[in-house]
Amino acid sequence: MKNLIYVDNNATTRVDDKVMEAMLPFFTELYGNPSSMYPFALCSKAPIDKAREQVAKFINAERSDEIIFTGCGTESDNMAILGALKAKPDKKHFITSSVEHQAIHILNHSLEKMGYRVSRISVNEEGLLNLDELRNEICDDTALISLMWSNNETGVIFPIEEAAAIAAEKGIPFHTDAVQAAGKVEIDVQKTGVDLLSISGHKIHAPKGVGALYVKRGTRLRPFLIGGHQEHGRRAGTENVPGIVGFGKACELAGEFIEDEVNRVGALRDKLESEILKRIPDTSIVGSREFRTPNTTNIIFKYVEGEAILLMMADEGICASSGSACTSGSPEPSHVLSAMKVPIGVAHSAIRFSLSRYNTDEDVEFIINHLPPVIERLREMSPLGSNRR
Amino acid sequence: MWEYSDKVFEYFKNPKNMGEIENPDGRAEVGSESCGDLMLLTLRIDKATDTIKDVKFKTFGCASAIASASVLTELAIGKTIDEALKITNNDIIRELGGLPNAKIHCSVMGQEAIEAAVNNYRGIETVIHEHEEGTVICNCFGITDKTIEKAVREHNITTVDEITRYTKAGGACQSCHLDIQDIIDKLNNE
Repeated sequence: MKNLIYVDNNATTRVDDKVMEAMLPFFTELYGNPSSMYPFALCSKAPIDKAREQVAKFINAERSDEIIFTGCGTESDNMAILGALKAKPDKKHFITSSVEHQAIHILNHSLEKMGYRVSRISVNEEGLLNLDELRNEICDDTALISLMWSNNETGVIFPIEEAAAIAAEKGIPFHTDAVQAAGKVEIDVQKTGVDLLSISGHKIHAPKGVGALYVKRGTRLRPFLIGGHQEHGRRAGTENVPGIVGFGKACELAGEFIEDEVNRVGALRDKLESEILKRIPDTSIVGSREFRTPNTTNIIFKYVEGEAILLMMADEGICASSGSACTSGSPEPSHVLSAMKVPIGVAHSAIRFSLSRYNTDEDVEFIINHLPPVIERLREMSPLGSNRR
Repeated sequence: MWEYSDKVFEYFKNPKNMGEIENPDGRAEVGSESCGDLMLLTLRIDKATDTIKDVKFKTFGCASAIASASVLTELAIGKTIDEALKITNNDIIRELGGLPNAKIHCSVMGQEAIEAAVNNYRGIETVIHEHEEGTVICNCFGITDKTIEKAVREHNITTVDEITRYTKAGGACQSCHLDIQDIIDKLNNE
């Protein structure tokens, strides 16, 4: 396999060697079920408590028992929303945004079928949240507000502290999907005043299959997975011990790497972005450049379609992502870009590059040298653009 | 990641007959930028024999759209226009060594393009299959909820199989069957 230039870290990340090392004993040596009644089982129980401490510290939770381990970010989101709504059966209104991850965007359809009214707060052309609309939508029937911390497609950051304050003022519980923010911006649940917060392991160099939900003490939440007594009766199912241990370690490392992420990775992203804009005509950035995670850039390459770009880039060893999976010729490529009023034709031409601590200056150099001919070749094939008759 | 055949990749990376014929005898543009697929087909036709001498394409679209267009040009060159009109999307799929279900619409676009370009040569206006109102339910054939609802009402349909017979929706990858059943149930409960 040729040299791999992986710039799709918002999709998933490489497991950190130190994370892997921390996990290994829990597969073959310390494999006991933490619920069992013998000392051997304790060997896998204590590490869960340690991981809980590590996650709590990473997001500055007051107490480690405010952390519930889950199977993934989607489960955390579903658990937070369905659990908080069930805890308030008399209220039937849910507020979220128009650009949430599928874990919430698609869940909204189910909520509507269940009889809930869902308000989707709009964003402007830069992807920034309309806070006035949020204030206006709140009513006596509102059970929960859920707004993502940062967007997976564009990296645009919402003003979570302000939004949480608006919710708190009205006594409404507030959830945030921080899956794409963790490790990229500082997360402090006490300072921001959120009640519920979702994070996922595999976005921060832990393995796939583990996530967490922060539940502020006193927040009313009905369990989502029903069964055993695990996670203090709040999330049934035998604990993914190696995954949880790895996640704890990854959180510890993410805390240490946050400065690297903001400074070094941020500078690489800026270079990648500005060089692409400079070297390739008819390109533009999607979303606010001011309020954005340091690792993400979403770039429109006019006149060429995203999937074709991805496959041509893959041929050079470059792994990135497009907002749309062109499956249908369906005229809605990405609900995020549509909400930002990106014209639907142009939205098919958007490519997301997302970096991580493993990316180097050589990676960026490689991309900015190999991408222009790819775009040029595809534009030759395209009936759109300057050569249109 | 789509499981494309090697042939799709080959035609995508090295398409044949890419470009645009100057002052073509037949010309057609099918699809649209907003749908993510747009194809321009130009023909050079020997008027004495109505034989297609040369075909060139330009495509804005995904790998399978580009590969489908390339294969179409090879199928069409050397044929009389009557023969070319018999090229179907299944011929294109066969030449490509298969297409993922979700990409079948790319081959349909190829069939539409040759038909429209020949019509253009003959001076016949092509009725463009505009995207209908509504939300696409069946991705393979681009069938919307409105079309399905209309069929349910007009033919008192109760099963997904019937919908497939009447509209083609659900006839390929089948991933939309639950959504189609939802529409049927909703209308029948009204």
